[in-house]
Amino acid sequence: MSNKEIKNLEEIFEARIARDEKIEPKDWMPEKYRKTHIRQISQHAHSEIVGMLPEGNWITRAPSLRRKAALLAKVQDEAGHGLYLYSACETLGISREEMYEQLHSGKAKYSSIFNYPSVTWADMGAIGWLVDGAAIINQVPLCNTSFGPYARAMVRVCKEESFHQRQGYEIMLTLCNGTDEQKEMAQDALNRWWWPSLMMFGPTDDESTHTEQSMKWKLKRKTNDELRQQFIDQTVPQADILGLTIPDPDMKFNEETGHYDFGEIDWDEFWQVVKGHGPCNKERMKARVDAWEEGEWVRDAAMAHAEKKAKRKVAKAS
Amino acid sequence: MKSQEKDSRFHGNLYNYILGIADNSLILAQRLGELCGHGPSLETDIAITNISLDLLGQTRSYYQYAAKLAGEDKTEDDIAFLRIEREYKNVLLVEQPNTHFGHVMARQFLFDVYHLMLMERLQNSQDETLVAIAKKGIKEVSYHKRFSSDWVKRLGDGTDESNQKMQEAINDLWRYTDELFDETEADKAMIDEGIGIAVSEMKETYYEKVSEILEEATLEIPERKYFTRGGKKGVHTEHMGYILADLQYMQRTYPNMTW
Repeated sequence: MSNKEIKNLEEIFEARIARDEKIEPKDWMPEKYRKTHIRQISQHAHSEIVGMLPEGNWITRAPSLRRKAALLAKVQDEAGHGLYLYSACETLGISREEMYEQLHSGKAKYSSIFNYPSVTWADMGAIGWLVDGAAIINQVPLCNTSFGPYARAMVRVCKEESFHQRQGYEIMLTLCNGTDEQKEMAQDALNRWWWPSLMMFGPTDDESTHTEQSMKWKLKRKTNDELRQQFIDQTVPQADILGLTIPDPDMKFNEETGHYDFGEIDWDEFWQVVKGHGPCNKERMKARVDAWEEGEWVRDAAMAHAEKKAKRKVAKAS
Repeated sequence: MKSQEKDSRFHGNLYNYILGIADNSLILAQRLGELCGHGPSLETDIAITNISLDLLGQTRSYYQYAAKLAGEDKTEDDIAFLRIEREYKNVLLVEQPNTHFGHVMARQFLFDVYHLMLMERLQNSQDETLVAIAKKGIKEVSYHKRFSSDWVKRLGDGTDESNQKMQEAINDLWRYTDELFDETEADKAMIDEGIGIAVSEMKETYYEKVSEILEEATLEIPERKYFTRGGKKGVHTEHMGYILADLQYMQRTYPNMTW
């Protein structure tokens, strides 16, 4: 294809996005669009899968049968989200094995939040309330993103995420209406998860490298800082209802702007975690790599069995 | 015997009979819950979590019924979290560790075949609540059995390595199968009432059904004549204490709280 032809295709493509038309897997797309989507969708899928670990950690110890069932259902939903997202990503011409390879080698990232440990039961509440809450704010706009398979996956993901968030908040509410020990547990969880949740929106706007392009392709509708502010404005009143204190002495409602002002995020910690040196990065990756490597004989067996079955079918037919 | 005494004996036997079924589901659900996020593929992770959730749902229905029988404001959680090892009535099979995926599937398969047979029969019980639980559970358990049988076949008739691993797992777990057909005092009392299922009568068919799948999976049917038992009487393997330590940690550490 000549440069002129490509330029022409690009113009048609940009015009389609501007008209809010969905781009589908067989449509022509710029290489950069394809690569950016592979990066973002696979990262999103990896986050769902790695995100099963901090919560899976409490399945055997959940304090009531009802909570245990809800937690199991939630982790199952997350595995399902991972599955849709990997499938959506595969429509862009990358295999799930390649994506796993990128995750295991550290080439592909996952949400930095899952590198924090879940140390008490209250963390199941805090993760649902704050982490899923932040995820929803990030993800709701993606239901209208330009790439069709991603947008459709997100519709279903967002519905379930809202349900998880309510469940998480309900865990916090129960703890806060409980004994002093339970309330203390809830406050401690908020203290530990608050700042990492704010970091889920990514670096500040002036440090964010992909924002401009992502806005153009409707992968993003608002900037990191705008979304973070939206999360804070929404979450602070919820903490008030719980009777919990946000661990930020600079947090204060600003009458003029109508928003909450808040303190400085520890960006050194953020980059440390993103670069692989957070509290659980090594453990999370080891769990994934071990599962993959120890499962190899199982996957090989499934392949071998499928081939044998197919051969027997052919032999029978002839 | 006075009728009141008779009533209370009946209730006690029914209570124990229900736990004899439900404890199997709880302990197996707990074992499967350990695997979350660690399976050989995303699809098996989803399926195993799904099975765990089904079993836990069944457990809750049984325990809620048992709690009602026990009275004194007992709840499903009291039954799950406040009993000691010696009071648990699950068979030894379900408490066996998740050694590797072959063991997980072998344990599941050996239990599912039994479980499905039991549910089919429980639908004809004289106890309406048990019938209702069985009717709901049977759909789930049929799915479990299909899943585990398919994996026994895949692994048995897969590669040499998987065949060997599956065979080892079946051999290891075989000695726990005979206990499935033991009848406790509560079982016998409930069989007499037309409520309980005579599991001893299921034995022959069970081994036929299991053998059929094992043959299809190109696996050998173990010849072992020596079996280990005790779970139904509350005498468990050494694994059980650790399972309960995890399961009960929160309720034991923070008693009498709502979660």
